[in-house]
Amino acid sequence: MSMYYAGILSDIGILLLGALSVYIILATGQLSLGNAGFMGIGAYITSWLTVEAGLPITVALVIAALVSGAIGVAVGFPALRLKGIYLAMATLGFGEVVRSFLLNFAAMGGPEGFHGMHHISTGYIWTWAVSVLVLVMLIEASPIWLEIRAVRDDETAAGLVGLNATEIKVGAFGCGAAVAAIAGGLFAHHHVYIEPGNFSFERSVDLVLAVILGGSTVASGALAGAVMLVILPEYLRFLAEWRFAAFGALLIAMLLVRRQGLLDRALLRFAWRGSRA
Amino acid sequence: MPGAGPGVPKTRSNATPTSPISFWDAFVLIQQLVNGLTLGAVYTLIALSFSLVMGVLGVLNLAIAELFMLGGYFGFAILLARLPLPVALVAGMAGAALVAAIVERIGYQPFRGAPVVTPMLSTLGFSIILQNVATNVWGSDPLQLSDEVLSGRFNIGPASISAIQLVVLSVTVLLVASLAFLVQQTSIGRALRAVAENRDVARLLGVPAGRITLIAFMLSGSLAGAAGVLIGVHYAAITPYIGVEVGLKAIAVMVIGGTTRIWGSLIAGPLIGIVEVMTVAYVGSQIRDFVVYGLMILILLLRPQGLLGSGRGDQSQRV
Amino acid sequence: MNTTLPPRLRLDRITKAFGGVHALTDLSLDVMPGQIIGLIGPNGAGKTTTFNVITGAYRASSGTVLLDGQAVTSEPPHKIARAGIMRTFQNIRLFSDMTVWEHLLVAQPHSGLAVRRLLPMRFSNRKTIERAEEVLEFFALGNVRNRPARTLPYGLQRRVEMARAVTARPRLLLLDEPVAGMNHDEAEAIRALVLRLRQGGLSILLIEHDMAFVMNLCDELYVLDFGILIAHGRPAEIRANPAVLDAYLGRAA
Repeated sequence: MSMYYAGILSDIGILLLGALSVYIILATGQLSLGNAGFMGIGAYITSWLTVEAGLPITVALVIAALVSGAIGVAVGFPALRLKGIYLAMATLGFGEVVRSFLLNFAAMGGPEGFHGMHHISTGYIWTWAVSVLVLVMLIEASPIWLEIRAVRDDETAAGLVGLNATEIKVGAFGCGAAVAAIAGGLFAHHHVYIEPGNFSFERSVDLVLAVILGGSTVASGALAGAVMLVILPEYLRFLAEWRFAAFGALLIAMLLVRRQGLLDRALLRFAWRGSRA
Repeated sequence: MPGAGPGVPKTRSNATPTSPISFWDAFVLIQQLVNGLTLGAVYTLIALSFSLVMGVLGVLNLAIAELFMLGGYFGFAILLARLPLPVALVAGMAGAALVAAIVERIGYQPFRGAPVVTPMLSTLGFSIILQNVATNVWGSDPLQLSDEVLSGRFNIGPASISAIQLVVLSVTVLLVASLAFLVQQTSIGRALRAVAENRDVARLLGVPAGRITLIAFMLSGSLAGAAGVLIGVHYAAITPYIGVEVGLKAIAVMVIGGTTRIWGSLIAGPLIGIVEVMTVAYVGSQIRDFVVYGLMILILLLRPQGLLGSGRGDQSQRV
Repeated sequence: MNTTLPPRLRLDRITKAFGGVHALTDLSLDVMPGQIIGLIGPNGAGKTTTFNVITGAYRASSGTVLLDGQAVTSEPPHKIARAGIMRTFQNIRLFSDMTVWEHLLVAQPHSGLAVRRLLPMRFSNRKTIERAEEVLEFFALGNVRNRPARTLPYGLQRRVEMARAVTARPRLLLLDEPVAGMNHDEAEAIRALVLRLRQGGLSILLIEHDMAFVMNLCDELYVLDFGILIAHGRPAEIRANPAVLDAYLGRAA
């Protein structure tokens, strides 16, 4: 496999994980515009553990995911008090607070960034990406996913039939933060250099964009979105300079004609039947 | 604190009443206050822009950050054509208002019945487009004014204020006063307040809600555009990324002032401007976003009505 | 009936005030195991407020809610539901995009390891599925099991809501206007279902404006007016009570 395709595939895998982190939180009805913050936390923790503490990458990623997950839970509790755009604004603020913290974090380079990580293979990135994707898809067939759908739809009614909305919403924040941290750790070891600017508002927007375009009601939508965001500019070379504008326009068009995004349950069922016929 | 230089440990006993604040410290402090007020004026305008749409329609128009940037470029185009500053200001405002109208028609109208997050995402789409367009049209390097639009400084006591700062401050006061007059005294203002209170009732009373929505977006856009021109001439430079760097932070200013009362920005704007400038001067430039966004999160969680809001009940006072 | 048993549900001098307005004042009420009790009164009498206090949606200003002798007054709604109190809503609240079948799965508590909640349904939750099948049959919803519940006719939606409440095997079922907007035959079918649920050991407290339905079904009635209990007794006694008549007629005049 050429370097070129390996690079593209790695980008897709990392974006897929980042998008899944948004998807998991969105499934409970909470839109986060700050997941780049969790990515940044994961990237810096993983890099410190491999470079300074000499741990193997897999161990480092697991530790980073756990720490970030705990931070996600800590963010999730106050987030319960906020809904809709207020939650979006608060998470946007969280992302900026993390980026700003990293800028001041002199021990790991501050604005100069941090390096020394060993490059990881595309296969390694995709092992993580596929594992997490499959895990999320399995959970989508589980009882807890029904609870998640119930909480997203009508939190009060869900509580009155015995569902613990707090546990579900905070848990989703924790899981989303953990997955974002894995994406961040892989990002750091793919690019072997990180700086606070890698985890800015624009990164958070990319993650949300992938989910909204690919499909916000099924996990495979994150995959479709990640593929679209990375591949389309490669094939539409004439768009090179205008690809962001194209994505912005695509986002608006998608919201206008197909709010749930490219993939949804009905389309997947249709495709599944078609493939068996 | 001004007295504590680098390396001097800051302890409680350090604040001895006998230690005099030097003339130089006082001078720097006042100078910083003026700089903070100037930045605060720009924040005030953008925050008003955000909260006008938020107050009337309950929607966060994320494209405002880029309308601000765009307004700056429109103004620069006029200035580079050797036309005077007032023309540039009008051009920046009108240009941004026109783009805001497009955002309203495509990015807001079709989503009126949708959950409030949906129009926020569509305006995010517009902000992505606008930033990309600006980058392609004017380049990603800062665009600079070859010579100062206005030179000269005025000395007021120990501090000096530049002509540009004076322009920024007075134009802001003028715009805020006009907006206040428009909202409080005119029929358009009455209609805006009616829609803010209850869109359906307003329609029943004969208010053309669709047109009022468009006007709210355009007014909001013109304020953002003006802010863009002002910050552009203040720094004598502009980049396509100023929307994300400065414009987004105005969301924090709006929240701190109180999302349910648009006039809260009048206090929050100067306050944040001063806090930011002081933080840069005495703590370090890297920490300022931490302070501003951290403050926003605290306000959202602890005082959703804003720093000065009196409670949740004052819906009718939103605009 | 064994008289030493505590009541299934006891409200002990419940008061609920919103600001200065008293929605409920000193309401005491008992539902014994296996009883069907009706809560009636004019609009705005505080009936739905009572349900909201029992289920924990509102916190009582004073007084105690006891389920089988255990106080549940300050518990959050989901814990009260899990303790065995389930309800339906006056304006039906089904989950959008969920099929009838999914409604019967979602409300069931999970036994065993927490991890099982994360495993795909078909591999791990045989008991949950069996219970859902049982309830589906009981409520005669088999032929619409895969339909999105919100697309069903009104009468069927009410049934799905009842079925969802019952799948978790509650001890007490609260029904908020179960036959509102139904014709006579549909109401009769609901009455038969309620009676069969009672045979299964369920205690039921219901709010209803349809007097014929209430009088034919309930063992005892409690009458509220302006948040105050004005009468309590068997249907025949309530029918003959002049205070009750006044409450209804006085309001109508």
